[in-house]
Amino acid sequence: MAEQTAKRPVSVPLMADLAAKGETPEVLFWVGCAGAFDDRYKRVTRAFVRILEHVGVNYAVLGMEESCTGDPAKRAGNEFLFQMQAMQNITTLNGYGIKKVVTACPHCFNTIKNEYPALGGEYEVIHHSTFLQQLIDEGKVKAEGGESFKGRRITFHDSCYLGRANNIYEAPRAVLEVLDADLLEMKRCKTNGLCCGAGGAQMWKEPEPGKKDINIERAEEALATLDGDADVLLNLQGVESTAPVLPAGSNRGGSVIAVACPFCMTMMADGVKNKERESDVQVFDLAELIASAEGLNA
Amino acid sequence: MHFSIQNILFLLVAVAGFGLFAWQVRKIRANILVGRDRDMSGNINERLSKTLLVAFGQQKMFKRLTPAILHLIVYVGFIVINIEVIEILIDGLFGTHRVLQFLGPLYSALTGTNEILGALVLLAVAAFWWRRNVKGVRRFTGPEMRAWPRLDANIILYVEVILMLALFTMNTADLKLHQLEGRTLPGAFPISSLLTGLFPENTTALAVLERIGWWGHIIGILLFLNYLPSSKHFHIIMAFPNVYYSRLVPQGQFSNVDSITHEVKAMMDPSYEVPAPPVGPDGSAAAPTPFGAKDVDDLAWTNLLNAYSCTECGRCTSVCPANLTGKLLSPRKIIMDTRDRVEEKYNSPLVFSPNLYGKEAKHDSQEQLDAESHTLLRGYVTPEELWACTTCNACVEACPVNINPLESIVEMRRFLVLEESAAPNSLNVMFSNIENNGAPWAFSPSDRFNWADDLYVADKSATSVAG
Repeated sequence: MAEQTAKRPVSVPLMADLAAKGETPEVLFWVGCAGAFDDRYKRVTRAFVRILEHVGVNYAVLGMEESCTGDPAKRAGNEFLFQMQAMQNITTLNGYGIKKVVTACPHCFNTIKNEYPALGGEYEVIHHSTFLQQLIDEGKVKAEGGESFKGRRITFHDSCYLGRANNIYEAPRAVLEVLDADLLEMKRCKTNGLCCGAGGAQMWKEPEPGKKDINIERAEEALATLDGDADVLLNLQGVESTAPVLPAGSNRGGSVIAVACPFCMTMMADGVKNKERESDVQVFDLAELIASAEGLNA
Repeated sequence: MHFSIQNILFLLVAVAGFGLFAWQVRKIRANILVGRDRDMSGNINERLSKTLLVAFGQQKMFKRLTPAILHLIVYVGFIVINIEVIEILIDGLFGTHRVLQFLGPLYSALTGTNEILGALVLLAVAAFWWRRNVKGVRRFTGPEMRAWPRLDANIILYVEVILMLALFTMNTADLKLHQLEGRTLPGAFPISSLLTGLFPENTTALAVLERIGWWGHIIGILLFLNYLPSSKHFHIIMAFPNVYYSRLVPQGQFSNVDSITHEVKAMMDPSYEVPAPPVGPDGSAAAPTPFGAKDVDDLAWTNLLNAYSCTECGRCTSVCPANLTGKLLSPRKIIMDTRDRVEEKYNSPLVFSPNLYGKEAKHDSQEQLDAESHTLLRGYVTPEELWACTTCNACVEACPVNINPLESIVEMRRFLVLEESAAPNSLNVMFSNIENNGAPWAFSPSDRFNWADDLYVADKSATSVAG
């Protein structure tokens, strides 16, 4: 006796189509380049859209009219390219009279929220962690009827551009609370969170010579936290960590590293893979966890 | 009151001490003002409350409890004991002795607190010395902690010990002198009263010792004051303006370069009028400023203020993900290099010129191929350091006095990219992807909406039980 849920196709509303009908959505979902092109993060985009559809949010996306916010160019020092991108996007957004933007990318979030206003783009910008928290607070999402996370270990990796950059620490944790899972904090969390290594345009280049890659350092910390391995945690003073990592399959099974950023997703997943722990530790975005717990995947 | 040659001598010493300090401060002020203009006016209430919390209240120090408590002891000791310095100044100028004694019980409270704090300061300083020289706290090491910074850190501790010992010598001798003469010394001396046994029974010797302690304390303070501009200990003053003028915007918000905004607007709208460049005092157009920073004068004055506020504590470097994983980047080095470079290029403090220690004592001279490239960028800070930064703001968050190394890093990256086209090749590929495809990866913009293909959502309103 398996409960089978009916499914319906989703036709994601395009801003241009709504504008043609003279309609304005309540919120524009800014997908971002990773959300649109990165195979792994496309699943996050789709999970978030499922939540929007399920709740009945009046939303739209820009589709092919969206372009890079310019974040990686700006952090790398190419201010000219950044401003070209910013002006182009602001022209598009203002042309549609957009008032409110939600995005699943902390880099897009930070750039549009903090750096676009001075260039003429003023919107209410919220990150999807805050958006999901609001849906949960309003009782529109209950995390029921889908996969159960009860008793499973989850640790949240703070994204720099959500956390330190914009002081959003509680929203993602509040979203995870609803899963009734065993939430564990890494030693370096919240304001002391350790970067995944991808910010500041590092995502697009090889790291400078060093002793270790940053994402390995962070993945080791996350894995040791999930494993409850005190020795590894003590050893993680940064430079040398020769502590053995538990062999695959030896921990409590089905642990999750939760992220809220496409670049953190890539870096943490690579780190888990490097430690040969993909079989028992998975990296998920908040939206994926909620869509799955709510039973929205079809 | 007994006017004597001592008072005249004291006046001369005090005027010389404060005068020399004022002269040094003027030079440093000029150094800071070579930085680019940046309007930091306004938001006075917010800035004051931030100064009260972060600088005065040491809020960010308490992220690490042990050093926070040790530092708090020395800090409170510094503030409270300096009330006694006011007394020393009045006594010194007017020939009075312990002029504040008219405060009565309050004077006892003040002197008693001073003594206890003085003893605690000695303990805290000993702990600091042990942490630095024996325990070897990791953040006190690193390539930028060369001969001079290491010596400087210990000099500060030794001077603090000397100042406290002078205070106790003065009090103990004074106390014993009064006891021998059968008089009562106003004030409370919980520590000195334990030490009187160590002092001679001779009243003349005690009077001399009291004077040695008194003069030692005030001369020590004046010397220390004039040592500050050469030292990381300058933070006891600079922390306050530095926090006051620190950024109030979210840490993720980077500055938009205004001159580029004008250019981009003019490109997008030919009718846009670019404001005329600023005109020099003689009516000629001022030299165009480069994009980003090559040398200290390309940084904002607040970045240079940062450099003079740095305590070289290394909290920034100890949390830097790049540094933790063995990359060259150390945010503290960027800040220390900035201070060294501004003093090399402009004014150097009179008393402790870096040249006295030789170049090697202060910074590693890198890539000094020619005079042309002997600037902050390349002469001190290498591109390899700059490109290792993930812009994660951990250093900014960690700094107890709100120094922002990230701003300086991004300014130098801007120079590398916009003036020299010297970005790593992979970043140039990313730039051209954004220009051509509107995405940092080489995907076709026409595929941007493909993620929405074949998308279904569970329709929970139509749940049925099957099978």
